[in-house]
Parts: sequence; structure tokens; C-alpha cells
Amino acid sequence: MAEYETHDFDVVIIGAGGAGLRAAIEARSMGLRTALVCKSLLGKAHTVMAEGGVAAALGNVHPEDNWKVHFRDTMRGGKMLNNWRMAQLHAQESPDRVRELEEWGALFDRTKDGLILQRDFGGHRFARLAHVGDRTGLELIRTLQQKAVADGIEVFMELKVLRLLHDANGTVSGLVGYWRPSGEFVAFTAKAVVVATGGIGKSWMYTSNSWESTGDGHAMSLWAGADLIDMECVQFHPTGMVWPLSVRGLLVTEGVRGDGGVLRNSEGNRFMFDYVPPMFKDETADSEDEADKWYDDHTAGRRPPELLPRDEVARSINSEVKAGRGSPHGGVFLDIATRRTAEDIRRRLPSMYHQFKELAGVDITTEPMEVGPTCHYVMGGVRVEADSTATTVAGLFAAGEVAGGMHGSNRLGGNSLSDLLVFGRRAGIGAGEFASGRNGPVTVDHAQIDAAIAAATAPFDREGGENPYDIQQDLQETMQSLVGIIRTGSELEEALGKIEVLEERASRVSLSGGLRYNPGWNLTTDLPSMLTISRCTAMGALNRKESRGGHTRNDYPKPEADMGTVNFVERIPDPGAAAAGVGGTPSVRSITVTPEPVPVMPDELKALFEEAS
Amino acid sequence: MAEEIIRNTASGEVTMRLWRGDADGGEFAEYVMPAQEGEVVLDVIHRVQATQAPDLACRWNCKAGKCGSCSAEINGRPALMCMTRMDALPPGESVTVAPMRTFPILRDLVTDVSYNYEVAKRIPPFEPRPKMADEVLAGGYRMQQIDVERSQEFRKCIECYLCQDVCHVIRDHEENKTAFAGPRFFARSAELEMHPLDVNDRRELLQKEQGLGKCNITKCCTEVCPEHIKITDNAIIPLKERVVDASYDPVAWLGRKILKRRKRTPVEATADAPATGPAAVQPELEVHGIPAPELGIAAMVGAPSGDVASASATGADEAPPE
Repeated sequence: MAEYETHDFDVVIIGAGGAGLRAAIEARSMGLRTALVCKSLLGKAHTVMAEGGVAAALGNVHPEDNWKVHFRDTMRGGKMLNNWRMAQLHAQESPDRVRELEEWGALFDRTKDGLILQRDFGGHRFARLAHVGDRTGLELIRTLQQKAVADGIEVFMELKVLRLLHDANGTVSGLVGYWRPSGEFVAFTAKAVVVATGGIGKSWMYTSNSWESTGDGHAMSLWAGADLIDMECVQFHPTGMVWPLSVRGLLVTEGVRGDGGVLRNSEGNRFMFDYVPPMFKDETADSEDEADKWYDDHTAGRRPPELLPRDEVARSINSEVKAGRGSPHGGVFLDIATRRTAEDIRRRLPSMYHQFKELAGVDITTEPMEVGPTCHYVMGGVRVEADSTATTVAGLFAAGEVAGGMHGSNRLGGNSLSDLLVFGRRAGIGAGEFASGRNGPVTVDHAQIDAAIAAATAPFDREGGENPYDIQQDLQETMQSLVGIIRTGSELEEALGKIEVLEERASRVSLSGGLRYNPGWNLTTDLPSMLTISRCTAMGALNRKESRGGHTRNDYPKPEADMGTVNFVERIPDPGAAAAGVGGTPSVRSITVTPEPVPVMPDELKALFEEAS
Repeated sequence: MAEEIIRNTASGEVTMRLWRGDADGGEFAEYVMPAQEGEVVLDVIHRVQATQAPDLACRWNCKAGKCGSCSAEINGRPALMCMTRMDALPPGESVTVAPMRTFPILRDLVTDVSYNYEVAKRIPPFEPRPKMADEVLAGGYRMQQIDVERSQEFRKCIECYLCQDVCHVIRDHEENKTAFAGPRFFARSAELEMHPLDVNDRRELLQKEQGLGKCNITKCCTEVCPEHIKITDNAIIPLKERVVDASYDPVAWLGRKILKRRKRTPVEATADAPATGPAAVQPELEVHGIPAPELGIAAMVGAPSGDVASASATGADEAPPE
């Protein structure tokens, strides 16, 4: 019988990025005993790396902007695969969520009239992104963190959650994990649990994501019986650093392009003019002259093609490099130096200036940057009910990147931070109401806790087994080369085979050292999540026989009408009975995938698209 | 201290001397790694973990200088491991990485920074003035860019706590931690005090409970700040001036507190708080710099040390790490 400490709360939120913090603030405001559990220190979550801004139709720069235009942009950006209700709520509520941040102390950049300034970004018809230079994520997380501290929310930092617990009825009732500093185990009982664990990027070799993005919330929800949707829809951000190798994948904000930066190939051509898809032809400039006029006056010309949605730009860069017109280190050139004054660049893009100066020795006020696609964001995720963020398992809620549906097959820049705020708050309310309505004692199956702890410590009893770092690296190579930006059926089959082998290897990891702050062990306990979500991504990608948004198939290069109306749903039909995989979790082989219809938009919203065209 | 082991990087190798141990003690362990172009210190540590020491404890997140997790003392200087390029360190010499000295060691390169989170809880939170009529109409507060920029400088802070680490008030005086907020939180208070909307008053607290007077403006914090925030000049000195104003004019201070008026208009604040200026409260006694490499490490290994801060003034003239 393992030893562990116990805690009891009304609502426990896993993840302290923007969505988790916002959920905690809301649940706490309902008078509920609320705990926030996070894998790192408070304030370090991946939200901190968001740069460009938070999208909200405030109309401060373009008064003609409103939620309907934002809704339409979001749906078109997602190639209509979005959950329309999520996209609607998001567009309607994000302005209030942004203004609320200001009431909590956030200091956004200002317009001349003293209101919140908004910046242009890809796929947004109007300048819509409230921002603070290029460190908007830091502003958002710090504001929420400081609000959470002021509200007295209990935070459990550097605590890794291994799995969710449920009661005899299958209702989620808590979780088990361990303190990373001490290695001691801990179990929580809770009337409701919110997963707000962010993304999955760490399973790819070149990613903008931090080590935390191992898909823990996706995986633990799936293991608990929840549905995932559209896990094949992974966004490769068009502009990551490509050199030096050690920072390959590090994000270069879309704000560079929003503020006038342009993409060029090795021949000096602004190649994006050659890649404008029919869907965006009418609203995109067809000459450099026209595009350049647009920056100062949106009525003087149509949008520059550099500001097409991210999936379009990423694929175009990929094509240029493949055609032999790339930069020396395998990217293309992003040029702001010849477009804006050095002073403007340093003021508008201070983080980018320092990032290139200090890590690459490049002065972006005088030289172009070398950039290429980097794994950035997963649009797919835990299937939720839009208004409450309830998952398909009772007692479990999901918000932020871990939730699926909001962004369809491709997310617009700036819509992530607003997503966190809108659905973080809704998750706090949803979980809070569920907790308030849950009667009777909250019970968990102690055998589940013992099993999770036994599985987590098993590698210390083995000798001469696998090195977890080798498995991680092999997984990253597999996902990068076989489940990357351009996919094909045979390679996806190959990836699935490799993932099964990696799962078997991961069950043979052996470890030395103790439980206290042991990164090798921490990684070992992340591997089950990484393998599970990698499998989901590859399976979804194999089944979606079309190209749409963040999912591109070489063997099915076009969008298909019948595929555009279905979500690929992944689930483990009977998690309790599933064959054991690594770390005491259900095996990746027990995951099934089925196409299910996308919710149908009501006529009054459909009309918005007809009006526009 | 063991002799420096010189490796020839031209042969493609780099020697890392990494602190291994916990609260009960430890030692530097050496790891020889193949050198790779363009790497930062954190890259090499990750390769050590992957190939030689899977249990080497090291805290990090973004590896982009944005989250402030991977603070350490590299060749004796407080710096972010992810922003310290290997090719910026002396060629041919080993690279020494130790945990931050000011905080208790959890394990290897990881320290217990909970002190900072405790201080954060004790700072009176942001409290905005009510919206004016036209702001209610516009749906949001009106502030001018020039007025938000002063606080924005401090909101760049990534909470790496390197400024707390280097601050000699707590670096060598554990007993001061109960009554000293440290540079990070003076910057936080300055940010709130200069916030165009905030009406809370933190000046009495700063003086009586957070030890603002203990700072003697040696600017070590400013030197190590990876965000290049001018903590001493733009946060601490203006705060000291405000605290003096408050204590010399208690009636006015009380009046402000009771009436919940704005402390000052942004224009006033800009006018009377110069970017640089002489120390207002205490004379500048002695300039302490960042400890020189040997000394910093020696002091760290040899547990509770004496007044290392003054001894380490030898490092004062050296440039801060970039």
C-alpha cells in the first residue's frame, strides 16, 4: 500500500496557463474551494510565450469590426470544421474578457484616444489584436496570476498529475500525482475537475512548445473515457527560427508580418503572391503596390498575402524550400529591416529583436530573419459542450488548447489567448455549477491510486532497461518525419507501427537516482501521454483522407466535401477493460476512431457567410 | 577549490562542471561533452541529462528567455541558462554551473524559490479607480501610451529572481528575508504605484515591512536583469522618494489614503521621478558587484559563509552577463 497525502476541494483545475488561471478565478468567485495544480512554477506556463496579441472585436481601431466579422473570420480560418457555437461564444465574449483584464491591472498598448490598441494579424479582416509589444502572453498570465494570488486561490506548483480518478458511477472525482521537488505522491478528491493542460508539441522535434506540452490533459481525459476530436489538426506556425539549430522551432511572432514584415525566397521574390487560394482571392492584394498601401489604410488596397491564415503560409514556405528557393539553413527570409525604421522595430517587436540578437547574432533592424514552419498548436482536443465546457465524462471539464472544436482545422493567430479567457471562465462556471449540484460524499477507488503509484515507481525496480530520453527522441523523430506538416497514408501507417514499438520500449524504462526532482523520472511519467496523443494524431491523420487547414495529405491534396462535415472522434470504449499500456494506462492499441457529424450551424449564422460572399 | 581543468574546445569538447547535491551538501561533477555550434548552456545540460546523468535536476520551461525558470550561476554570475551562449564564455575553459545561492537548494541546479511567492502574496493588489462617464460609454479605461509605459517596463519582468539572487541584503543574510521584499517586488510595487489607474497606497508597507530602506542602491539587480529593466533607477529610487514624501507629510498621505484619490497624476509622476538620480534615503555606501566566479562558487560550496557581499566587491567592475 503506497503512502500519499490527500486533499479535498470542490473544484480542482489542472494547468495554470491562461485557461486554468481564468477557470480558477471564476470558480473561486463562486465561493467554491478551488485548487490550481500545475506541472511548473506558477507564471511559467506556455501562455507566457504568446507574443502577438489577444483577438477581440473591440472596434477601437476599426469601429466597423464586430463579433459577427470575428466569428466569420474564425470559421473560415478553421475551414468550417469549427464547433460553430464555440466560435460564436468566443467572438461575442472576448471583448468583455479583454476589458476585464484591464480592470485587473493589465496594461495594453494604447490608441491615440487612450483606448486599447489593436494590431493586424493573419486571417483577421480588421486590426483586432490587443497587445503589449510582442509579449502579450506574459501580460495575460501575470495579470491572471496576480489576480489569483489576490483572491487567495490555493496553488499546488510543480505537481505532475498521473491520471484522473472516478467513483463507482464513472464520475470524475479526483486525481493522483506527485510533487516533482520531493517525489512524494498526492491524491485529490474533487467534485469537479477542469483540465487546462495546453498542447502536445513536445512530441515533435521542432516545436515552439516548452517541455510541458506533452498532452497530459488530452491523454488523461481519453484514459478516463472522454472523447477527443480532430487530433490530426495540428498547426505548424509558419515562422519559427531555423538557425542556430539549438533554437530551431522557437517562435517568431506573426506580429512581424502584421507590422509590415514580408516573406522572400532566395531570389528575393515575395513568393506569397503565388500561393493565394481561391477562398481568399477576393480579399487579398495581387500586387506589392496594393499590399503595401493596405498597412496604412485598409480601404486603399486589399490585404497582403503574407497575412493569409497560418496553414496557407506554412505550406507555401514548405513548397519554396522544397523547390530549392530556401535560405541557407532551410527556411525562407522574413524581412522587416527594409520595411520599418530601426526604432519602430525595437519598440513594436522588442522580444524578437533581443531573441535574434542574443541567440542568433542577427540584428533584425538591418538583416532579414531566416524562418520556417514549427509545430505550434493542436486544434484538436477534448470534445466539449460549448456553453459549459463539459466533456463527455461527468465531472470533467476542459478549456484552452486541450479542448477541441473552437478552431476547426486551423487556428487564427490571436484567437488562442481569447479562447483561454472565454472558455477558461466558462469552465470555471461549468465545473463550479456541477460541483455545487453534486450531492453526497465524493469517493474514489483507492486501488486506482495504488496502481498509478506502483506503475510510476516501477522503472526504479528495473535494471539495464531503456533510457527515457532515447524514447522521447525517437518519438520526436517519428512524428517530425512521418506525421509532420505534409502527410501521406503509407508514412502514417509506418508511424503507427513505430509508436507501438515505442510504447513497448517505454514499458521497459529503467531509472536510477531517487524520486526527488528527477527529470529522467519526470520524463518517464510524461511518456504515456506523449505516446497516447501521438497515436491519436497519426490515427486521425490516416482517417482524414483530405487536406484541410492544419492537416495536409500528399495523397489527398484537396478538401473533400464529405470530410468537411465530420469530426474524427477518438475514444477508448472501455478504459477499465483495455489492455494495459505503459505506466498503468490503457494501451494505445485500445484507441478507436470514428467519423461523427460536425454540429450544424443555425440559418441566421449561415447567412453571415452568404452576405460576405 | 579544485584546479580549473582546461579543455581544448578546438578538439570539439566542452567540460561542464555542474553542482550535484542537495540541502545536505554536494560537489561539482564534471561532464565532458562534444561541442556543438550555436548552443546555449541549457542545451549542453540537456545533452548531459540525455546521455550521462538522467537524474540531473534542472528547472526550465520555454528555452527562449521568456519564462524565467532556468536561473543559475554560470561561472559565478547569475544568468539564465537558456540565454547564455556557449560561445560567449571563455574559450578553452570549463563552464561552471551552480544553483542560485540565495535560495535553499532542492536538488542539483534547482532551488526552492517559494520565498518569492510568499512575498508576492503580501503586496496589496491592484485596485483601479472607478471608470469615468466617457469610459463607461467607450467600454474601457482611457490611458495614454506615455502614461502606461512606465509600469510596462516593470511588467516585462519574467520573474527569474536573478535580481533577488544577487541582492546582498538577502544573499548573505537569511535573517533579512522575513522583512525584505527584494528588487523583484520593489519593481512590482513601483509598477502598481505608477499604474495610471491604481489607488492603493503601499508606501507605509514598503518602508515598515518590506525593507525598502535596506537597499543601498548598488544596482547589482539591474546588472543581472535579463529583461534589462532599470530596477534601481526606475523602480527603487523613485519608490524611496515617494516613501520620504509620505513620511514627511503625514497629513497629505493620510488624506490620500482616506479619500482614495489617485496618488498622483501620471504627468506629475513623470515630472518628479527622474530616470536617474542620487539616493534619496541612504547614502551610497559601497558598490557591491556580482561575486567573482571563484568567490561565488567557494562561498556556495562552503555552506554558511560570512559577509561575502563586501568581499565580493572585486567583481564590481566586471560587465554584467548579457
